Amino acid sequence: MANLKAPLPRALRPKPKGPSEDNGTTKTGPKEKLAEKGISAVDWVDERTSLSGGARWLMFRKIPKGTNWFYTLGSASLFAFLSQAVTGVVLAMYYDPSATRAYESMRYLTNEVFLGEFVRGMHKWGSTVMVILVFLHMGRTFFYGAYKYPRELNWVIGVVLLILTLFFSFTGYLLPFDQRSFWATTVGVAINGTGPLVGPYLNDFLRAGPEFGVTTLARFYALHMLVLPAMIATMIGAHLYLVARLGTTAPPWVKAEIPADSRKDDA
Amino acid sequence: MARQRKEPKKKLTTEEAGIPGAFEGETVSRRRFMTGTAHAAGGIAAAAFTLPAVGLAVAPVFDKREPRWESVGPIADFPDDTYIPRTLTLVRGIGDVGKSTVYLRKFNPQLDSEERDEYNEYIAISTRCMHLGCPVRFVVASEKFICPCHGGVYDFEGKVDGGPPVRPLDRFYTRVRNGNVEVGPRFSVNSELKRFSPRDPGMPIDGIGQYLYPARPSVRKIPGT
Repeated sequence: MANLKAPLPRALRPKPKGPSEDNGTTKTGPKEKLAEKGISAVDWVDERTSLSGGARWLMFRKIPKGTNWFYTLGSASLFAFLSQAVTGVVLAMYYDPSATRAYESMRYLTNEVFLGEFVRGMHKWGSTVMVILVFLHMGRTFFYGAYKYPRELNWVIGVVLLILTLFFSFTGYLLPFDQRSFWATTVGVAINGTGPLVGPYLNDFLRAGPEFGVTTLARFYALHMLVLPAMIATMIGAHLYLVARLGTTAPPWVKAEIPADSRKDDA
Repeated sequence: MARQRKEPKKKLTTEEAGIPGAFEGETVSRRRFMTGTAHAAGGIAAAAFTLPAVGLAVAPVFDKREPRWESVGPIADFPDDTYIPRTLTLVRGIGDVGKSTVYLRKFNPQLDSEERDEYNEYIAISTRCMHLGCPVRFVVASEKFICPCHGGVYDFEGKVDGGPPVRPLDRFYTRVRNGNVEVGPRFSVNSELKRFSPRDPGMPIDGIGQYLYPARPSVRKIPGT
């Protein structure tokens, strides 16, 4: 096994051999040889990166008593994002972000391409699922009081992630470029513009000019698939780092267990 | 309790600070100078690609557009007691998306209270609702403009009659050339139909609104109108 400094969790430790087993000669079939090769490859990487320690730090954490299914909403949000990322990359292979060809490229994808409608549907409905999961995750954090010290910063990062998710929804809504997309974006940009002083300039930045123009769609596309993914990936990384660093909280109804000897000290 | 004021720290030379190998009177050590130089070089290198990229992204805000005049038909087409719809190309090269409907009629001295000049012989009303930008349509029976999205209603002159819109419908400059009506650039109007540089929907321009929602620097109404 890899050269690991911290002790392995019990489940992963090799079982001690019983006295009746043959300790001198181990099996050397092709299966064992293959496993040996795999282990030595992992060893080779680990010797040069020490990644296994970090991986164990991230994966095998202590979790408090009372942890329940509501604690999976964060992972669910993460997997919703991963699903959006994977389906989005594939959709980008078929999409043409020009005002005259965008609708046609989506029509072709939906009606002609094998699984096109299915993957487009995953991306479309997945976006709604992601927003719902993010809100549920936020609700769990709020009602369990998990935003309190020392996790305030992670709450702030979570709010940034929520805003980024909604930016994804806003920029992605235009891309099918049908009537609904166009008018929803017209209305959305107008709402954005009602912010005093900066609103008019933000509008021109979003639309790339005073009217919905030649490069507006390309701009939304670039924001949706380049700028926002880079930002959300960075923020998810920071969010996960803090979760691993600070640990999770017990539900508020779980009482702290005071060891018997410390209770004696108090008295 | 009065706090004792701290004496300002005298800047030590590197010699006084006990840094070996210092020149006389030197206040910045060579190590600090090198660190500063490396940081500055990195900053300049990062700015060299960041600033042009950001500039390109925000460039459209300052994009200057020449006013364009588009002929919409002979003057005989447009009566003064009802509106005739015409299609205007606001942005070229993007097909239907760049087109917009505009409602036209002749100036009517009995109805129109505004001052008459060379640009309003014909009144051209934009169909962009001033609530959030949905397309309004003119309903002949009621002589009102009605928005399908959130129930905005405008009267015959385009002034707000009801619903959420914050100002009257935008208009376009018009002029007559060779017996044809030509439609020019857009402008916005306040509740007294005074002309303002074009603003986006949702931005009131009565009172303080015109300062809270500044017009873009590059797209202005025709000076002196």
